[in-house]
Amino acid sequence: MLSALKALFLSLVGSLRDLTPIILVIAFFQLIVLQQPIPDLWGLISGIILVLFGLTFFIYGLEMGLFPIGESMAHAFAKKGSVVWLLIFAFALGFGTTIAEPALIAVAAESAKIAAEANIIADSKEAIASYATGLRVTVAFSVGFAILLGVLRILKGWPMHYLIIGGYIGVVLMTTVAPKSIIGIAYDSGGVTTSTITVPLVTALGVGLASSIKGRNPMVDGFGLIALASLTPIIFVMGYGMII
Amino acid sequence: MEFMLSTIIPSIIQWLTDFSGVLFATIKDVLPIVVILFGFQFFILRKPIPNLRKVIIGFAYVLIGLTLFLQGLEQALFPLGRLMAEQLTHPDFIYAGVEHIAGTIHWFDYFWVYIFAIAIGFSTTIAEPSLIAVAIKANQVSGGSIGVWGLRLAVAVGVAVGIGLGTYRIVTGYPLHWFIITGYVVVVIQTFFAPRLIVPLAYDSGGVTTSTVTVPLVAALGLGLAETVPGRNPLMDGFGLIAFASLFPIMSVMAYAQISEYINRRTKK
Repeated sequence: MLSALKALFLSLVGSLRDLTPIILVIAFFQLIVLQQPIPDLWGLISGIILVLFGLTFFIYGLEMGLFPIGESMAHAFAKKGSVVWLLIFAFALGFGTTIAEPALIAVAAESAKIAAEANIIADSKEAIASYATGLRVTVAFSVGFAILLGVLRILKGWPMHYLIIGGYIGVVLMTTVAPKSIIGIAYDSGGVTTSTITVPLVTALGVGLASSIKGRNPMVDGFGLIALASLTPIIFVMGYGMII
Repeated sequence: MEFMLSTIIPSIIQWLTDFSGVLFATIKDVLPIVVILFGFQFFILRKPIPNLRKVIIGFAYVLIGLTLFLQGLEQALFPLGRLMAEQLTHPDFIYAGVEHIAGTIHWFDYFWVYIFAIAIGFSTTIAEPSLIAVAIKANQVSGGSIGVWGLRLAVAVGVAVGIGLGTYRIVTGYPLHWFIITGYVVVVIQTFFAPRLIVPLAYDSGGVTTSTVTVPLVAALGLGLAETVPGRNPLMDGFGLIAFASLFPIMSVMAYAQISEYINRRTKK
């Protein structure tokens, strides 16, 4: 009991260290640059305590739940030896975790408004809603495709940088032909797709796969799935902007 | 005593309703993941999950942790950070005490904005839970040769430079794709010189940086800036900061590996 409390205390101190920079930055700009008092000090302090406990619990659960399940599923798929099911799983994981992502829903809604104001689509509720849904499905599909491709890369042992350089060439080529209004949104959509729960899960899956296949190095072959998942949406969203 | 209770109880009830609201939203986000994981586990792999009880408890910790984390941020840091982004980009602050000729802007007038962008990029990245997760994993996989803090600091420096440069771009109005394409060229060149083991991890660190903590604050900064700088259109120029924040960590992580390899080689001699 005592040792558990001590462990909890130590990880709370660790979380406090992670948060100190933000607290310092906000305090410095509020008090010294803008020269204004902190509006709701008690709300601020209790909020920071919540963040501390939240971060501590998250990291604790990560090593207990998310990492082990990602790795044990990777081992089980490698043992089963069915490449088709593994690829279907990879696609489903990418698509399923992205389609419900709140950050993506917000960005899609924002982009639909922009498209309506730029007269790319009709300025009606239905047109805006269908554009936003189309964008979400496009991004989710591209993340599913990215995880599928990344898993295939781990199986085949392709060097990561060929895929990334190929992706960069794709982005540059699409930039020259895509409508100007979509470019900013497309570039940003790569960053918003990977959420706090998806990242540990997908990382554990990649590392688990690479370590259970002979001849693969978990460091060289296990990482890279997240990178692909943030690159393909850029290309696909510009494609979506050209079709619409 | 009665007075105390009558003020405390409603605020506790309010807090609990907020908490359950955020909790349900988090559960809704996690549900598709859980369905896919368990669906494949039971119908395709058809094997019991090892330590099922422990995994379920772990998921519960992740859910509660993420909920408390988000609610705390929403309560404490986001409102203040957003307000700050608005105030720092407001013309009243930028031109306070300086005679301002209408219609002309000088990029240097916004120097507090750049400093804020750099500071907020660095500090939010240090607190980003998904980066902590990847750093823990990379440390395990590399057998300890990649330090958790080394990676996190390298990524944070990359995000800080990226967002700082991104705000400069919004103020000056240069096209986004020039910066991004130049960045791509640098990444490709670095790929051929960086230690082989770090390259995939460096690519990944671009994607993990922009998540729960960074995106809301950075998006507010970009849109606030594009709204107040004369001649900028928030719809066209407000985007792009996230893209910068995902590109620059790739370079900084590879640079970190290159520098530590160089130092190792020199000390060995």
